[in-house]
Amino acid sequence: MTWSEMQPLLEQACWDTLYMVGWSTLIAVVGGLPLGILLVLTDRGGLLQNVVANKVIGQIVNIARSLPFIILMVALMTFTRWITGTTIGREAAIVPLAVGAIPFFARLVETAVREVDHGLVEAVQAMGGNTWTIVRKVLVPESLPSLISSTTTTIVALIGYSAMAGTVGAGGLGDIAIRYGYQRFETGLMWITVAILAVVISLIQFAGDYAARSLHRRGAHSGPAPKLRLLKAAS
Amino acid sequence: MHLCPGTPTPAHSTVTETHVITTTDLTKVYRSRGREVTALDGVDLHVREGEVYGVIGQSGAGKSSLIRCVNLLERPTSGTVTVAGQDLTALAGRGSRAGRELRQARSRIGMVFQHFNLLSSRTVQDNVELPLEILGKSGGERSRKALELLDLVGLADKAGAYPAQLSGGQKQRVGIARALAGDPKVLLSDEATSALDPETTRSILALLRDLNRQLGLTVLLITHEMDVVKSVCDSAALMENGRIVESGTVSELLATPGSELAAALFPLDGEASGEDRTVVDVTFQGESATQPVISQLARTYNIDISILGAAIDTVGGLQVGRMRIELPGRYEDNVVPIGFLREKGLQIDVPGRESVLVKEGAK
Ligand SMILES: Nc1ncnc2c1ncn2[C@@H]1O[C@H](COP(=O)(O)OP(=O)(O)O)[C@@H](O)[C@H]1O
Ligand SMILES: [Mg+2]
Repeated sequence: MTWSEMQPLLEQACWDTLYMVGWSTLIAVVGGLPLGILLVLTDRGGLLQNVVANKVIGQIVNIARSLPFIILMVALMTFTRWITGTTIGREAAIVPLAVGAIPFFARLVETAVREVDHGLVEAVQAMGGNTWTIVRKVLVPESLPSLISSTTTTIVALIGYSAMAGTVGAGGLGDIAIRYGYQRFETGLMWITVAILAVVISLIQFAGDYAARSLHRRGAHSGPAPKLRLLKAAS
Repeated sequence: MHLCPGTPTPAHSTVTETHVITTTDLTKVYRSRGREVTALDGVDLHVREGEVYGVIGQSGAGKSSLIRCVNLLERPTSGTVTVAGQDLTALAGRGSRAGRELRQARSRIGMVFQHFNLLSSRTVQDNVELPLEILGKSGGERSRKALELLDLVGLADKAGAYPAQLSGGQKQRVGIARALAGDPKVLLSDEATSALDPETTRSILALLRDLNRQLGLTVLLITHEMDVVKSVCDSAALMENGRIVESGTVSELLATPGSELAAALFPLDGEASGEDRTVVDVTFQGESATQPVISQLARTYNIDISILGAAIDTVGGLQVGRMRIELPGRYEDNVVPIGFLREKGLQIDVPGRESVLVKEGAK
């Protein structure tokens, strides 16, 4: 296979992966963030303590999270067809990817939000803030560095899952690696795919870490980073 | 409302007889995993308008539970809490699920915390603006008020800094500015200086004192340090095992025989030099401090008096002198001279003896 033959394939695959991962990340964040926060709020001693709701949500999240993605994909076929009208292609792959990623992200959100100092919640209560104010002004902004790290982790996991989505004809980089590299012994193409994936994942990880760290730098836990101090002193 | 150096600070707080905080027979029982802890056991507290009121007690005495019941962060098991004439216990909503009325009432009560509880994701100014956001104030009004308050606590130049870039004392100043944002009549302080070094503690206490005098702010503060009570409080209460065992204005306390608080506020050392000698603690306040009573005593009864220890100090803005003297003979032999001292308007405590009397009196 020549480069001119590979190029359109790879271009299309990159777009497919970006499309699937992008949409499913968006849905995972939109769905997982409230779910994760709800897990903290409804827990014993939480602001909206509701032990039954907490157990139910927790159990659903656990089951959804522990199912292997390939099984989830098959199990969700009816649901997927109901939503997208088809069970193959990029759009169809987004449904199981998002459904799998929501509980994954929700657990990460739960851990991040639990880290927020309860004293801050109390301070806002003492000011007359309600639960919604506490969520918006304390829980989310104070856990933002961790939430960004959680998003990065979710994106990387979704890139992995999206490779399996190739089996429902969704395309993407994983699909290329399997169809050309594994089934047709196009080793060159496979290695290029692997290299692209490695670079993409590293870039995402780097960008995520950078964003989380620069937010965390001003946080009370770490104190100002030495670099920041130097910059301040120089200006 | 600025605390400018030019504005003379009144020497005393302007205390009126109106009670701004009243708790009546307040109890709080925590139930966790079948175990019950009685943190408050019938607390009656009366804080007058414009005073600095200190509640002191050892760790676990129930101080935090008490102050958290005042703004209903913790709902009392029974009893009532009235702040500025409003019965808060009658308002709906448990601790976190407070109803609108209770939340409004809370916004008129400022609170500062031991660990400052500033949002690390917000700048100093944005932290001070937070209560104003909750009150629905406009952006312009919020920043004007926040800058004014930061100026008041001496941090005008730190508006854009993040809490992590501040020292402990500066963080607590921000905490105080934030607590004042809603123009509260009452400020609650739970161990606000306990995480600070002695010097910073003094400056924060001085700030609270100035706010009290300048703004007429009523301050209810909780502490386990006697020095805090000594330097800023007009009134104090001692808590033990969920009960208030002693309370009153500082001068009332100093005038109460056998008062543990008075003794702790103003400790005296010195042991009797022999078996047949009587140790007497004499407390002078105001007028009586100027009379040469000790020499009169020596002349009138022709006895030798040794002074074991003496100190003059300012307690709650009040000049107080204390002296520990030793008289020859046992207590029974000294009833007349001690009576003489009492007659002169001095407060007399006989260490070791008084507690027996108090206990007998209590029966
Ligand atoms: N949320 C709680 N749940 C159970 N017990 C508590 C709780 N808060 C306080 N207590 C108990 O109540 C008692 C009084 O505590 P606290 O009011 O914090 O005292 P202080 O502030 O004087 O140290 C202690 O025995 C403490 O263990
Ligand atoms: Mg406490």
